[in-house]
Amino acid sequence: MAVPSFLARERIVARPGFNRWLIPPAALAVHLCIGQVYATSVYKAALVADFQSSLKTIGYIFSLAIVMLGLSAALFGTWVDRNGPRAAMFVSACFWSAGFLVGSLGIATDQLWLLYLGYGVIGGIGLGIGYISPVSTLIKWFPDRPGLATGMAIMGFGGGALIASPLSRQLMGWYDPAYDGTAGTTPSGHAVSMLFLTLGLVYLVFMMFGAFIVRVPAEGWRPAGFDPASIKAKPLVTTDSVSAGNAIKTPQFWLLWIVLFCNVTAGIGILEQASPMIQDFFRDGDTSTVAATAAAGFVGLLSLFNMGGRFVWSSTSDFVGRKGIYMVYLGLGLVLYVLLATVGNSATWLFVVLAALIISFYGGGFATAPAYLRDLFGTYQVGAIHGRLLTAWSAAGVAGPLIVNGVLDAQGTPGELVSGDYKPALFIMVGVLAVGFIANLLIRPVASKWHEPKADPSLSTATSEGASR
Amino acid sequence: MSSSMQTGGQQPTTTTPVGLIAFAWTLVGVPLVYGLYQTIKTASSLFS
Repeated sequence: MAVPSFLARERIVARPGFNRWLIPPAALAVHLCIGQVYATSVYKAALVADFQSSLKTIGYIFSLAIVMLGLSAALFGTWVDRNGPRAAMFVSACFWSAGFLVGSLGIATDQLWLLYLGYGVIGGIGLGIGYISPVSTLIKWFPDRPGLATGMAIMGFGGGALIASPLSRQLMGWYDPAYDGTAGTTPSGHAVSMLFLTLGLVYLVFMMFGAFIVRVPAEGWRPAGFDPASIKAKPLVTTDSVSAGNAIKTPQFWLLWIVLFCNVTAGIGILEQASPMIQDFFRDGDTSTVAATAAAGFVGLLSLFNMGGRFVWSSTSDFVGRKGIYMVYLGLGLVLYVLLATVGNSATWLFVVLAALIISFYGGGFATAPAYLRDLFGTYQVGAIHGRLLTAWSAAGVAGPLIVNGVLDAQGTPGELVSGDYKPALFIMVGVLAVGFIANLLIRPVASKWHEPKADPSLSTATSEGASR
Repeated sequence: MSSSMQTGGQQPTTTTPVGLIAFAWTLVGVPLVYGLYQTIKTASSLFS
């Protein structure tokens, strides 16, 4: 499918002298917007009241968006790689914004199906394309620090919720003066509808800014002082190219799929239950020593570690290697989960430290995945391969809550649970992390039979065109 | 940190305006700082 010329990859090839530090803010402009998907809890109660529905029914909107994220990233990954980041960011902005506008119409006219279609399906497509749109471009601009580069962008996805949560509360307070953002008050459906309209328009402008400043490096470009031979010297890192079609035929892709699935499933186990979990761990009879406001503070703290982990651990992976850092995420994460299950209830500070570290590994796992793919499969179609890998996220988004909610439902009633009731779920997560750890250990360099043929230097022009295809 | 091109040198060179880089980083940085501030404010209730 051809794109208009102003969006074409050929139009955004950077000229010599272009400063690559303009690329991270372009990527952040997209990821900070689409990261809003983690802030849906802000208006969840309002939607339940407005549609006279249940938390479960409204919760499906978020689940649908995450499933569409994985599917669209997998389906459109090759299109994104072929047409470049500007076209991808432009399309993502249109879908993400349209999702909000259709959703707003659905809320205003009391038609829930429009909210599913808008935010869940149309917005979800924007999410998937937007998530992968800057990744391969960043890796190509920062061949010397791919972990740092992708960490910056994917940190933005975590940061998007930090911005959208308080901003949404403020906006809904403006549109509904009776709502002050405190517990016990719920914004009206009109306020949520207007919030969707506002966010849709603001995100459109913001993401378009990213689309129009992004550039791709010229063929053969490399940063000053960077020696590609230093990359080749590291184990597991290839300078060869593997196409997306071939990548999914390799065991390395599926082992990494399992690694990401396990890491995300385990992290979601805590994220899903964060607020009630800390209260239940320190419950004494009917009351908890952790107040509801402190539990909200705990959720905020986890968001900070989720975001920080994306940047810090992904950047660290540039030095310790991708396989090594995933050993930490999964191996140390496993130990932390055991400690959480066994001694987590002995002191609030210990519980908070253990959970925060686990969530930082969860964020780090997301941010390091593109650099791991680049190490294994090269930069050729890394965006498309990343898109296919994100189906692991969709699967984990279903499996994680299923495990935790299933176990807790069997243990008792919400509001009466204690720390011991969480043990089965936490030990299941230990097993999940062990599976991921073994999968990571089994990852070896990709066999040469999957590599694209080496370019003949005399045919450099043709090769260049082929690479952009 | 600026980066330089090491290509064939056939294309005309360009200079990215420092103002544009500063504007772009400010545009994404300001909302991020706002979000961080609000989250830290909420998280502080855990320790009070």
